[in-house]
Parts: sequence; structure tokens; C-alpha cells
Amino acid sequence: MSKRIVILGGGTGGTLAANRLRHELGDTAAITVIDRDNSHIYQPGLLLVPFGLARPDKIVRPRARQLVPGIGYQQSAVDHVDIERREVHLEAGTVLPYDVLIVATGAALLPGETDGLTEAMAQGRAFSFYEPAGAAALRDALARFDGGRIVVNVVDMPIKCPVAPLEFAFLADWYFHRRGIRDRVDLTYVTPLDGAFTKAIASRELSGLLGRKGVRLVTEFNTGEVDAAGGRLISFDGREAGFDLAVVVPAHGGQAYIGRSPGLGDALGFVPCDERTLQAKASPDIFVIGDAADIRASKAGSVAHFEGEVLVRNVRSFLAAQPLSARFDGHTNCFIESGFGRALLIDYNYETEPVPGRFPGPVGLPLLKESRLNHLGKLGFQQFYWHMLLPGRDVPGLSRNRPRVGG
Amino acid sequence: MPTKVYDGTEVAVSDDGFFADPQQWREEMAPQIALESGVESLTPQHWQVIKFMRHEYAEKGTGPSVRALSKTSGVSIKDLYQLFPKGPAKLAAKIAGIPKPRGCI
Repeated sequence: MSKRIVILGGGTGGTLAANRLRHELGDTAAITVIDRDNSHIYQPGLLLVPFGLARPDKIVRPRARQLVPGIGYQQSAVDHVDIERREVHLEAGTVLPYDVLIVATGAALLPGETDGLTEAMAQGRAFSFYEPAGAAALRDALARFDGGRIVVNVVDMPIKCPVAPLEFAFLADWYFHRRGIRDRVDLTYVTPLDGAFTKAIASRELSGLLGRKGVRLVTEFNTGEVDAAGGRLISFDGREAGFDLAVVVPAHGGQAYIGRSPGLGDALGFVPCDERTLQAKASPDIFVIGDAADIRASKAGSVAHFEGEVLVRNVRSFLAAQPLSARFDGHTNCFIESGFGRALLIDYNYETEPVPGRFPGPVGLPLLKESRLNHLGKLGFQQFYWHMLLPGRDVPGLSRNRPRVGG
Repeated sequence: MPTKVYDGTEVAVSDDGFFADPQQWREEMAPQIALESGVESLTPQHWQVIKFMRHEYAEKGTGPSVRALSKTSGVSIKDLYQLFPKGPAKLAAKIAGIPKPRGCI
């Protein structure tokens, strides 16, 4: 009898997991992907929308079309998961029993957790470019902006793509230079971290880059309130950062159904799992891929990509009642747009910090250093995403294990 | 690695003063660590958070973020800042004798 695999979420992780599993298991498994809508967003493209470098409609494709034939797709919101009975209960009332459940529902944006943020967004004083409508609204607001103070604020960690707000600051510097009004724009980066980034070496490099671009850096600022009328962010310890326009990355959490599924998630709604095998702590028949997981790795598409192969091997082992043998090493790989047609590339895992060098080998792309080549790599990535990464094709020279680079 | 003496015992700490080995911590040490961090006296509410930090560390291997701390302990973030003014997650971790929360990546 074929095994029932239910995958919650048809984004990066869910789609590539479904395609890889179908390829490996064929008709021995019945795979069903569930998602509440049919819009698969190429999320790295959202960063480019506010600067007119990408159009929202060009970065969205139907979710179902990214799945190879033979995979079922059902559009519905999830009400809850019953871990004991091994059932997914959909909002419409349908119940889906499973042999293996894969949680791939990503992270949700929670502006409501910060006092005043929802109101400031509704009034057009604060913008989030983490979803298409917000990114498009920010594009229009930037086009109208002819001078004043812009803050780029990360409310709390973890966030999706932790380099994106830094890239936003770099690109804003470039954008206002190009418009000839950079001298009239005051750019400030406000973060809860003690530096520009979480990893020490990269943080030094990126803090330096902010400085060279004339972006002020305010650290250890935990935003408690956004005061739209007064044009200021107020931290929990009473500090303030004034703005005319605020670009805010709201707090993140897991999807709401996780909170309705006893035992599945943690306090923030992310799903605790073994950071090497990706098996959920809640139950051995549940696996987690991508941003939904509560692990040390960054919430980034590259992580979901590198996790895919591990997840599929371990799901196969689980179905065959074998010990799980594949291990994820925390491999993360991010292009960082730095403006003026250049980009940096960083590469790290659980054990190794981002270091200088080249990726994936001695003649590859320069690491932790601005270059034109990295920018072209980032631009070309969208085609790679739809045609290689989502279908789950293995890429020569790019394995899940982080190559040894740097010195 | 630097060391500190709390309650008559020498303990290993990180460069920024967090316990290297949570096993070395005893409740009697907490008031002195708190004082060094600008927290004059430890109320029952402080203790509730300190015990919770140690519980979370034992369970998960790292102290929680402020938001997770608030959601699980039931103490609002604003109140947590009243208790530990310079940043609840770090300060409470230091006083509770656990390593600096590894934060998020």
C-alpha cells in the first residue's frame, strides 16, 4: 500500500521537497501539498520592487504549476494538526490522514505585535517590503520622497533573509544617488543586534560598508512602539529614532495553525526539530523544512534548498523503518546586493562563520567582498530558482555540504 | 578565560561576564551578579524570570529571546524591561548564570 505524505506549504521548501520525494518514491507514495493560496512568490525579488528593479507580477507564479505531475495539490487553510491521530484538519472540515507530515509553512509577518506598527503602515508612514503589496506601496512612497529621514528597522529576530534589510539600506543609498538627492536623505539602520549582522566577521565587514555608504547604525534597539504621528520609533528601554519614512521588518512567527496544534510548535510558533536530521521533536513521523523550523540556521531559501536532500533521504529511511542517516550542516549561502551593480556573497554553516575566499571553488565567486560578478549571480538566480531549485535538480559543483573555502 | 568570585567561589565567565558553566551557579550568587548589572534588589518577580531562564536553558540549550520569554512566562515585554532595564534576555541570562543567549541568525 502506498504511503501518504502530506506537505503543509507550497513555498520554496514544500515545493522542492514534494518534487524530490516524487522523483525518489514514484508511485510508492501518495504526496499531497496543501496551501491556502496559489501564489508562489519568488521572495528574493521583493527587495528589488521598491527600487523599480522588479515588478510584483513578474515574481509570482501559480504554486500548483511548480509541482511535477503525480503530486496532489489542495488549496485550503489548515485548521490544526492532530499529532496523536496523525491527521491534518483543514479549515473546510476535510481530514487528511498521513504516514509522514512535512511542515513547510514558513514564517508569518506579525506587525500586530508592535504597538502602533499596523496603524503606521495603514497611514503610509511605515512600510514592509516583505510582501508584494507592501513592496509596491514602498516603491511609490520612495518615488515621491524628495528628502528627509529614512529608518530601516528590524523589530526582532529571527527574520526571513536576515541580510535583506541591509541590502535595502545599500540599495537606498544607490537609489538616491541615482536620483541626485542623496545629500538630502538621511539613512539610519536600526537593529536589535549588537552589530549589522549576527556573525562577527561578516558583521564587521557589513558595518564598515554601511559606514562607507553614509548609513548610520543604531544597535541593540528593541522597538516597542512605532509612533506614526510623532514620526519616531521608541525602544523598550526608552530610546528614540526619528523618521519621515520608516521601512520596518515586522516581528516574525510561525503560522497560526501551529499554535492550534498541541505539542507541535514553540512559543513563537516555530517547530522545534533536530537541527541535523530535521525530524520534529513532537513526533518521529513529522519533518520540518525551511523557515518554519526552529533551528540555528538562517531563515533563507538557500537553507531550504540545502535541507531538501537531507529531508528526502531521512523521510525515505523513516518509511523503510531504517535509522535516519542524513545530516544537515546548517549550510547557508546569501548574495548581498550592495548597490551600484555590485554584490557580496556569504557562505556559512553551524560551525563556520562567513569568511573571505571563493565559492564554490578556487575560481568561483568572491566571498565577503563586493563584486560585479556576485551582482550578476544574484540577478540570474531567479531563473535558477524556478527551473533548477524548485524542481529539485542536483546542481553540479553545488552540494548540500558546505565546501571548504577561505583561510 | 576570565574568572569572577561570587559567594566565595571562583567561576569561569566569558569576556562579557556570562557564566561558562551553568553548573557553577548557585542562587546565593544571583544578588551580587544583579548588583554588578545595575539591578539593586531581586524581587519575587525577578526570581520568577531567573528560574524560568534556567529551566529554558536546561531544556533547549540556550536562553530565550525577550519575545519568547514574554510569551512563555506570561510577563509582558514592558514589565520585563522594568525588571531588567538594559535588556531582559541578556541581563536575566547573566544573573541566572547561563551563557549569553545565542540570539538569532
